[in-house]
Amino acid sequence: MTESLWDLLLRSLLPIVGGALTGTIPLALMSFVLGLIIALGIALMRLSRILIVSGLARGYISIIRGTPLLVQLFVIFYGLPSIGILVDPWPSAIIAFSLNVGGYAAEVIRAAILSVPKGQWEAGYTIGMSRAQTLVRVILPQAARVSVPPLSNTFISLVKDTSLASLILVTELFRQAQQIAAFSQEFMALYIEAAVVYWVICLVLSSAQSVLEKRLDRYVAH
Amino acid sequence: MSPTDPLMPEPADAANAPPLLTARGIRKSFGDVEVLKSIDLTVPRGDVVALIGPSGSGKTTVLRSLNGLEVPEAGTVEFSGGDVVDFSQSPSKRQLASLRDRSAMVFQQFNLFPHRTVLENVIEGPVQVQKRPKAEATADARALLERVGLGAKADAYPFELSGGQQQRVGIVRALALKPQLLLFDEPTSALDPELVGDVLDVIRELATEGWTMVLVTHELTFASHVADTIVFMDGGVVVESGPPSEVLQNPREARTKQFLHRLLDR
Repeated sequence: MTESLWDLLLRSLLPIVGGALTGTIPLALMSFVLGLIIALGIALMRLSRILIVSGLARGYISIIRGTPLLVQLFVIFYGLPSIGILVDPWPSAIIAFSLNVGGYAAEVIRAAILSVPKGQWEAGYTIGMSRAQTLVRVILPQAARVSVPPLSNTFISLVKDTSLASLILVTELFRQAQQIAAFSQEFMALYIEAAVVYWVICLVLSSAQSVLEKRLDRYVAH
Repeated sequence: MSPTDPLMPEPADAANAPPLLTARGIRKSFGDVEVLKSIDLTVPRGDVVALIGPSGSGKTTVLRSLNGLEVPEAGTVEFSGGDVVDFSQSPSKRQLASLRDRSAMVFQQFNLFPHRTVLENVIEGPVQVQKRPKAEATADARALLERVGLGAKADAYPFELSGGQQQRVGIVRALALKPQLLLFDEPTSALDPELVGDVLDVIRELATEGWTMVLVTHELTFASHVADTIVFMDGGVVVESGPPSEVLQNPREARTKQFLHRLLDR
C-alpha cells in the first residue's frame, strides 16, 4: 500500500465518522424510538379482539414485511412528489425507517406480551386493576425484558439499513464514503473503511445489549 | 388486637346476619364440557368454606367465578350490600370490578410480580388502585410482612425467595387490599412438602382472626381444622356440604366416601 493511500484513509476517517455521528446514528435513534411507538400501537391492535382492528394491524405488518425497505424509501421520497407531496430527505428517511421498524418490532412486542404468563394478568385483575393498568404496570415491564434481544437485532439491522438513505441524498456515513471514493477513485479502500466503521458501531451496540440484558435479568424469575 | 391492626378484618355482625356472599346457579362450560352444573354457594361472614373434591371436579372454576376471572354462562354472585351480578346478562366491567374490589385472591402459582420487590408487590394494589397514601400503605405492608415473618425480605425480589416465602407474600398482597373475602386457590399445591406448614400456619391464623375465606385445597386434615363448612364437589356438582364433622367424618354420599377412601388408602 502506498503512503498516499494510508493518508487518504486517515484523512477520510474524519468525514466518515462525522457522517456516522451526524447522519447514521441520529437517523437510527430517531427512527427506532418512533418505530417502537408505532410498533407498540400495532402490537396492541393486533392483540385486539375486534376483528377490524386486528385485521388492520395484520395488513400493515404484511405490507411492511412484504416489500423492500428501499422501495418504501423511494415511494416516500421520489413517489409522493408526483402526487404533490414533497418531503425532504431527512424526514423521508425517518418516516420510512420508523414505519419499517414499526412493522417488524410489532411482531416482537406482540410475542413478548403473549409470553408473559396469564397468571400475571389475573394477579393484576384480582388486586383491582383494569386491563390497561395491568398492561402498563404488570405486563409491559416484563415483556420489555423478553424483547431486548430481538429488538437489539432490529436496532442493529436498522443502523446498517440507514446506508440506504444515501440513495435519497441524506448525508450519512456511507454517502460520505461514496463521495470520497468517487473523487479519489479508491473504491475498494473507501468502501472497506466504511464497512469497518459500521462494524465498530455494531460491536459497541452488541456489548451495550449484553449489559442491558444483565441489568434487566435481576427482575426476572429464574 | 387493636382495631387499627391491618390484619384485623371488619368485625362480624350478629350470627343471623345475611351471608357475605351468595352464589346461585353457577353454570360454566369449556367448549362442549359442562364443568359446572348449577352450583350454589353461601359464605357466611367470618366463616371459612373449603372446597374439596377430585381434580377436574370444578372447584377451582367455582372459586374463579366468584371474582369474575371465569365468566360463567349463567348464575348470580352477590355480596351482601352489593349489586347482584347476573352472569347470564354478560356483566359489565364495573360489575366485575365490584366483585374484585370486595375480594382478593391467593394463587397456586403465587403470581407475584417478578419485576417488583416484595414491598412493591404488596403496596401495588393499595397505592395504584385504592389510591391510598404511599407512606400509609408502606407502613401497613411492613407490619403485615412482619406478621408472616418476612419483615427482612421487604426489599428482596420474588425470585430470591423460597416458594413458601413467595406464597406468604402472596397472602400479604391479598390482605393489604383489606378485602371482605379472601379466595385461596390451592395455596400449597405448588410447594415442596417441607414448606407447606408455614403457609398453612398463616392461613390458620387468619381463620382464627375471623377473616371470611373460600379455600380450594387438597389438605383435608387442614381443612377439617380450619373450615366451618366443607363443600365436596365432583363432576361439576356439589355432592354434599356441611361441617367437617359430617362431611369428612360421617359422609352421607357414596361419592364422598369413595373420594375420602381413595385419599386415605394412599
